Amino acid sequence: MSIAHPPAADVLALDVKGLSVEFPTRKGVLTALSDVSLSIRRGEILGVVGESGAGKSMTGMAVLGLLEPPGRIAGGEIRIGGKRTDNLSEAEMAAIRGRMVGAIFQDPLTSLNPLFSVGQQLVETIRLHSERNKTEARVYAVDLLKQVGIPGANERIDHYPHQFSGGMRQRVVIALALAGNPQLIIADEPTTALDVSIQAQITALLRRLCREHGTGVMLVTHDMGVIAETADRVAVMYAGRVIEIGPVEEVLSRPKHPYTRGLMGSIPALGARVERLAQIDGAMPRLNAIPTGCAFNPRCLEAGSRCREVRPTMVAQAQGSVACLVHDGGVS
Amino acid sequence: MRNAENALEVDQLSRVFDVSAPWLNRMIDRKPKRYLRAVQDVTFVVEKGKCLALVGESGCGKSTVARLVTGLYAPSEGAIVFAPADKGRGRGKPMEAQMIFQDPHASLNPRWRVGDIIAEPIREFGLRSGAEATEARVAELLRTVGLSPDDAKRYPHEFSGGQRQRISIARALASEPEFLVCDEPTSALDVSVQAQILNLMRRLQDELGLTYLFISHNLAVVRHMADRISVMYLGRIVEEADTEALFADPQHPYTRLLLQTIPDVAAPNRDRELMGGEPPSPLDPPKGCAFHPRCPMATDLCSKTAPEVRARKGGGTVACHLAPAA
Repeated sequence: MSIAHPPAADVLALDVKGLSVEFPTRKGVLTALSDVSLSIRRGEILGVVGESGAGKSMTGMAVLGLLEPPGRIAGGEIRIGGKRTDNLSEAEMAAIRGRMVGAIFQDPLTSLNPLFSVGQQLVETIRLHSERNKTEARVYAVDLLKQVGIPGANERIDHYPHQFSGGMRQRVVIALALAGNPQLIIADEPTTALDVSIQAQITALLRRLCREHGTGVMLVTHDMGVIAETADRVAVMYAGRVIEIGPVEEVLSRPKHPYTRGLMGSIPALGARVERLAQIDGAMPRLNAIPTGCAFNPRCLEAGSRCREVRPTMVAQAQGSVACLVHDGGVS
Repeated sequence: MRNAENALEVDQLSRVFDVSAPWLNRMIDRKPKRYLRAVQDVTFVVEKGKCLALVGESGCGKSTVARLVTGLYAPSEGAIVFAPADKGRGRGKPMEAQMIFQDPHASLNPRWRVGDIIAEPIREFGLRSGAEATEARVAELLRTVGLSPDDAKRYPHEFSGGQRQRISIARALASEPEFLVCDEPTSALDVSVQAQILNLMRRLQDELGLTYLFISHNLAVVRHMADRISVMYLGRIVEEADTEALFADPQHPYTRLLLQTIPDVAAPNRDRELMGGEPPSPLDPPKGCAFHPRCPMATDLCSKTAPEVRARKGGGTVACHLAPAA
């Protein structure tokens, strides 16, 4: 098996520093992402959670170089496997996509071309990213389908996407993402469209494959349960910023940011029934109306006068780091 | 009604859809007609003021049951009986049940003001006389679901998903129903908004004495809301019991599979075994027990004979050959 980019063991699969994304509009510039920093080691799964509009998918799209115009990277650095990618042209980025960074999206039906068999799509992708000829590529395609757990891979390779069930289709998409042997996979809500019993199969598959292939995975999801069972570390996003990042057990069981605490409290637990769920009143601010100071301060129960003035920055804790004035000099 | 304490009794309910190809294609291909049995022999009761949840994966027939109960589909067989309404009714056909849909973006008319959306059932059933009384009622409903009376003048697109779901609830309450069918009411919402809506629904149940038929695939949400749970698989109820009893001692292997596979934030199981298999197509259900191809305990009997629904040990019902005797 030829690996296009033999990586040094200590090279990060993804290193994002101070990333900002802007959307110029007629009414002024909207800042969709502001000062986002995160990194993923090889073979590690970083969960990125947040509610709709928090900027989690935007982060994934920026890394893939797939921001919808007029969105643009306004500042910061993205390095995939040590190579800087945020300043590449569209053509250069196209050469990297698939080979250095793969993608898995929410809806497996729209990620596959309905007019070509699964085998044709896999063979095309494999040949694009390696020196294999048609026969070798097909052998590798069958091997990939076996790795993602598709029974009867030898026959199934000639089937079309509509002949697969939702879970099986998502497995094919994972095989496609792995076909270029990338160092990083962006998985954007990969299990949201699937039933629970299938969801567990797919997350377990992702965990196994990223260990075996040494691939870093950015798992973008709104589902804390999926994060708890799949990710090694987790980044919580709110209004375009990372507000807390750390090892998954630490963030989920001892959340430091009031928003993370509220989010954890609002999830109905399987273990015990409570009379009333903890709820965070209000909703996430729109991009054109982000409050001054801490973006969470109008909804925060612990907010003080300083929270309305000072924008908190990420401060390292014993484990992980958090952007909250409670942990950075007090709220008043 | 068999029991005056029941708000709804559903007896041996079935719904069959004709999914045959057009007549000419059938003649050319010499194919017979094809039928999809979406719901088969479903029996349950919902007690007044309680919440019964139907749980299952996509395609198990839970939404079809919701549509049958609200009269959006006619049943192929079986009976749906509501308790007679306590309150007097105005002109028009009395509505026993109202429905809250999953997607608040699709279920509100974008060209109507929120006030008109909520006022429509009030006007239609003549529940208030005069424009002023109707307006006052709309304002009261908006306050009940945690919105401002001023919101009546705005259009649905001006609201977020959670607020829109509050409008859907206000509209459902406008005709003063005693029974609400909620089809995945929080599946399209973020978790913190989901908590707001679930809290609101619990509060309304206490204040207005509502009865819920709650349909969801999310067992954690169901555990929070329901007094009793029916688990559906391929159009049939496989296990039904009180919420605590079902969670403490799931007896059908499918219920156990569901409970084992839900990711739990409080106690993540990171080294779970991969559960094989996927739900079969309801067009071509397996012989015998529909679950037997995925069941780890299946015997010869399971692949030949469909299990009867029988009494479950510890209360409720279960449809499995291997479940312990009651």
